[in-house]
This record gives sequence, C-alpha cells and structure tokens, in this order.
Amino acid sequence: MSNAVVSIKTKTARTGERISHPFRVIVEKEMADHIRSWRFIILIAIIALTSLGSLYTALANFSQAVKPNDPEGTFFFLKLFTITDGTMPSFTVFISFLGPLLGIALGFDAINSEHNRGTMGRMLSQPIHRDYIINAKFTAALAVISVMLMALGLLVMGAGLIFIGIPPTAGEFMRVVFFILLSILYVAFWLNLSILFSVLFRQPATAALSAIAVWLFFSVFYPLIVNLITKSLAPSEMAAPQTIIAFEQFRLALLRLMPNQLFSEATTTLLMPSVRSLGPLTMEQMIGALPGPLPLGQSLLMVWPQVTGMAAGTIISFVISYVLFMRREIRSR
Amino acid sequence: MVSVPEIWKEVAVADNIIELKGLTRRYGPFTAVDSLDLAIEKGEIFGLLGPNGAGKSTTILMMLGLTEPDDGTVRVCGFDPVSDPVEVKKRVGYLPEEVGFYDDLTGMENLVYTARLNGLSSNAARIKAGKLMERIGLDAEKAKKTGKYSRGMRQRLGLADVLIKDPEVIILDEPTLGIDPAGVKEFLELIVGLSREQKITVLFSSHHLHQVQQICDRVGIFVAGKLLAVGDVKSLAAQLFRGEDRPAGSERKDYSLDDIYFRYFEGGVDHE
Ligand SMILES: Nc1ncnc2c1ncn2[C@@H]1O[C@H](COP(=O)(O)OP(=O)(O)OP(=O)(O)O)[C@@H](O)[C@H]1O
Ligand SMILES: [Mg+2]
Repeated sequence: MSNAVVSIKTKTARTGERISHPFRVIVEKEMADHIRSWRFIILIAIIALTSLGSLYTALANFSQAVKPNDPEGTFFFLKLFTITDGTMPSFTVFISFLGPLLGIALGFDAINSEHNRGTMGRMLSQPIHRDYIINAKFTAALAVISVMLMALGLLVMGAGLIFIGIPPTAGEFMRVVFFILLSILYVAFWLNLSILFSVLFRQPATAALSAIAVWLFFSVFYPLIVNLITKSLAPSEMAAPQTIIAFEQFRLALLRLMPNQLFSEATTTLLMPSVRSLGPLTMEQMIGALPGPLPLGQSLLMVWPQVTGMAAGTIISFVISYVLFMRREIRSR
Repeated sequence: MVSVPEIWKEVAVADNIIELKGLTRRYGPFTAVDSLDLAIEKGEIFGLLGPNGAGKSTTILMMLGLTEPDDGTVRVCGFDPVSDPVEVKKRVGYLPEEVGFYDDLTGMENLVYTARLNGLSSNAARIKAGKLMERIGLDAEKAKKTGKYSRGMRQRLGLADVLIKDPEVIILDEPTLGIDPAGVKEFLELIVGLSREQKITVLFSSHHLHQVQQICDRVGIFVAGKLLAVGDVKSLAAQLFRGEDRPAGSERKDYSLDDIYFRYFEGGVDHE
C-alpha cells in the first residue's frame, strides 16, 4: 500500500520534471480549454442526441432494410450507418450536416479571440515560432474532434452489436474506421476554413457568421444554382449518348465543388460496397459486371479523388491563414 | 583581413545590447518611425519618452519581430528579430501596452504557462511562479482567476510574466499605468534592483517624466518618429539651456526632465 503511494508520488514527480516542447504545451492548453468550455459540452450534447436518434431509427428499420438477394447482404452491419425510414436522417447524413458546425464552432475564434484578449502579443513574445500558435490551435481542435468522432463511431458499432447480436466482419470494421477518418477530414476542412475567418476578421461573431454563410451557401444555395444552370443547358432526351454523358459529367463536376458532395460520395462508396461508380455508366461498362460488392481496396481507390479534393480544400485555407498570420503586425489589442 | 578600427567597431557593437540603425516603419503614406538610430548598452536603464503617437510602441514591436521594419536594421542581443525572432525572444521579456491574460486561468496558471513555453518543466515552473507571485506582492491572489484581477494587479502580473524567463533585456511599454503610488514605487524599485543586481537592460517607455527621471540612466526624447535628443538628464539640460543658469521663474538649481521635455514642446503639447 505505502509502496504504491510512493510509486505514484515518484511518477508524478517524474512527469513534473519533464520538459515539454512548447508546441506540446500549447496543444495541451488548447485541448483543456476546449474540453472545459460550455461550447464543447453543448456540441457533444447535440451530437450525442442526434446519433442516438439515427441509431434508433436504424435499429427500428433494420429488419425491413435487410433483404434476401441483396448484393450488400453480407454487409448489413454497415446499414446501421446508412438506413433511415424517412422521418429521421441516417447517421452519415447527420455527420455531413453537423460536421461543419463542429468544425466551425471549434475554430471561429481561434486567432481573433487571442488578439481581443490582448494575449497574442504576450504569447508571441515568448520564444516560439509564430506558426506554432496557429498549428497548435488546429492540432488541438482536430485532436478533440477525432477523439469525439472515434468514440461516437465505436459507440454506434457497440450499440449495434448489442441489438443485432452479430459482430461486424473485419472488412466492415475497417470500412467504418475509414468512414470515421473521412468524417475527421471533412470536419478538418471546416475547422480550417473557420480558422481562416478567425485570422481575417477581428470580431469572432463576424468570423462565425461568415463561416456559417459559406456552409449555408454550399448546403442550400449552391445545389439550387447548379440546378438552374443545368436545367437551362440540359440536352434533349433524343440527344446522342455522348452528349448526355458529357452533360452529366459537367453537372457532377459542378456539384463536386461542394465539400458536402465530396463527403457524401465518399461515404456512400465506403459504406455501400456495391456502389461501383459515382458518375454515369454506359451499357458497355455495365456488361459483364457482376452485381457484387467491391473489395475494400477498390472502394478506397474510388474515393481517392474525393479525399484528395477535401484535403486540397483544407490545405488551401490553411495556407491562406498561415500567410496572412505570419506577416501580420501584432499590437496589443 | 580586419583593420584595427574595424575591430574597435566590433567591440563597441558587442557592448550595445540593442542597436537600431536607420529604422523606418511606414503605414501607407504615414511614417510612424523615421530612420531611427539608437544604441542601448548592457545593464542600462533607458527611458523612451514621447507624446502619444510618437512611434514608441511601433519601435518596440520592431525590436521583437512583431512587426517588420520597412527599412533599416535592428539587433537585439546580437540577433536580428526579423530573421531570428525566437533567439531574441528567448532573451527579451516584453510587457505590452495593454497586457492580457487568459481570464479563466488563475494568475499562477498563467505564469506557469508562460514558464513552460520558455522551456521549464512544470515543477520548476510552479516553484518559480510561486516565488515571483510573492515578489510582486500578489501572493494572496495566487488562486484567483485573472479575469477577476484589478487593472494594477494585471500590470504586476505582467511584470512577473516578463521576469519568469530570466531575461537579459526587459522592454516595458508604459508599465506603471494603473498601479497605485505605493505600487509604482515598489515596481520601480524592483526594476532598478534587478537591473543593478543581474545587469538586466531595461527599456522603459513612458509618459511619466518623474518616473523616468527617477530610474533611467539615459533618456531618449522621441517625437513624430524621430529621436530628438539622447543622453542623461544633466547633459541634456546642459545642451538645451546653455546660458540660462536656472529654470525660468523657479527656485530650483537643477533642470528637471520636465523642463527639458517641455522645451521641446514650447506651447505645451498634451503629454498625459
Ligand atoms: N496599423 C496602423 N496603421 C496606420 N497607422 C498606424 C498603425 N499603427 C500605428 N499607427 C500610427 O503610428 C503612429 C505611432 O504609433 P505608436 O503606437 O507607436 O505610438 P506611441 O508612441 O506608442 O503612442 P502612445 O504613447 O499613445 O502609446 C501613430 O500615429 C499611429 O496612429
Ligand atoms: Mg504606445
């Protein structure tokens, strides 16, 4: 007993002696700030409630969703994440809807609040590189988000396991893990965008509003605009198949400028293994294809362009905020 | 091959811990700091005096690499803050004009955070922060959130925050703002004591002529981005009031910084 106490004591003494890299010190502080904040607690509550809801509908409709002769029949565990009865969106739809909110909420005041509190000048007069601040804020928020989404995904799997009673296969498990990684990337995109706005705008409220405006634009207005454009350009039904295919591809290209389109295409491919193309297919391409699920490697290959697209968007907003921040004059307040 | 005079120059440079040459900063058409030359020796307490908008804070920001000069060079502790900001900031403690803290952390936690950013382990940081809190007279407020600190308490905490990294140079931008008279006295005594004990160089920007006269070895009078005069109070007075043997209409024998300062602003520029 006393031995144990002593060993605990020496352990804390030792961790207390450790000199951490300043980057790590900032990340730790930022993570603690996030976790202690009301904002984060509220977000967790919203997300936990919605995933409970979608899990409930998925489980309630599970028996109808699993049909004999379904090419995805062997992947019914994945259905937990995709099925719905129409009253409540599925888990993936929830993530694609709430993910941006999560990213924006953790990033919109990253830099400007530091300016407004007058802590930026003090921080930047410590012996750290300027980019540490912006990188550490990103890392901390991303770490918090990753842990949260991982926990959420695993919880859904666990609940499914309890209610369905059949464990997921290794393939299914890997698909879910990749889906979670994809969601993290998707949230990271919005996180970086909101950090960019926090560099651009001095007022956190302005930054938050602009980020939400971009989100609304992409999820509501942009699809409408694409619809308008494509309607006026649509070829007649009698047009040559090449024209129709070209047009369809043009329409998809326009839609793929939306991060949420990329995300939903990628999740569909990952969680519905029978999906083998995200664009139009000609008859020739269909001939000889067996209606069966794609192996995981093939599904991953298919989502590769979507993943790079999202990563590119993330990196672009990161680079812009980086350039703006590195050259900025830091006055106190 | 280095000729003898050049070696001499090198030696002279080594003694100057802060050296500004032709330093210029423009904001659009407006020149905030105009080809400023200034050298501050190690261990010296230097006062930077000037009216609002003279460019004092801008000059200080350039010394720390927090803004880039348009022209000229800065060397602090032998490093260029533009290309080597981290080396400069390891050695320089800076108390900004309006110092801010993380309001939801206690004073102690704020200090520990700064200490750890300066490469101290968390144990060492806690011990050092505790000692400093005592030294600046905030021992009783250790566990209070800084959001609940008064203005003067924040300012004192700011000084502790500057000292926790054991700086070679401390740069204080109007540090006594908001501190009560007894506190100011302690504050100034602490700075002078540190400077004398540990040969810390101090750059003190202020409007308080009396405070500057009290503690500074040399002062620079800075107006509209230009340094009008540099020297100790006596020699400045001697230059300015040549031929007048005592302050006009006064009983005093010596010229004070007040007399000097207002000689530069005949007609009375608001300085407070
Ligand atoms: N971002 C900016 N854009 C344009 N002008 C600026 C900017 N920042 C500062 N200035 C101008 O530069 C000049 C110098 O400002 P600075 O803050 O260095 O003055 P100061 O000497 O510190 O004054 P004070 O005693 O009031 O603190 C001022 O005239 C100010 O208006
Ligand atoms: Mg100033």
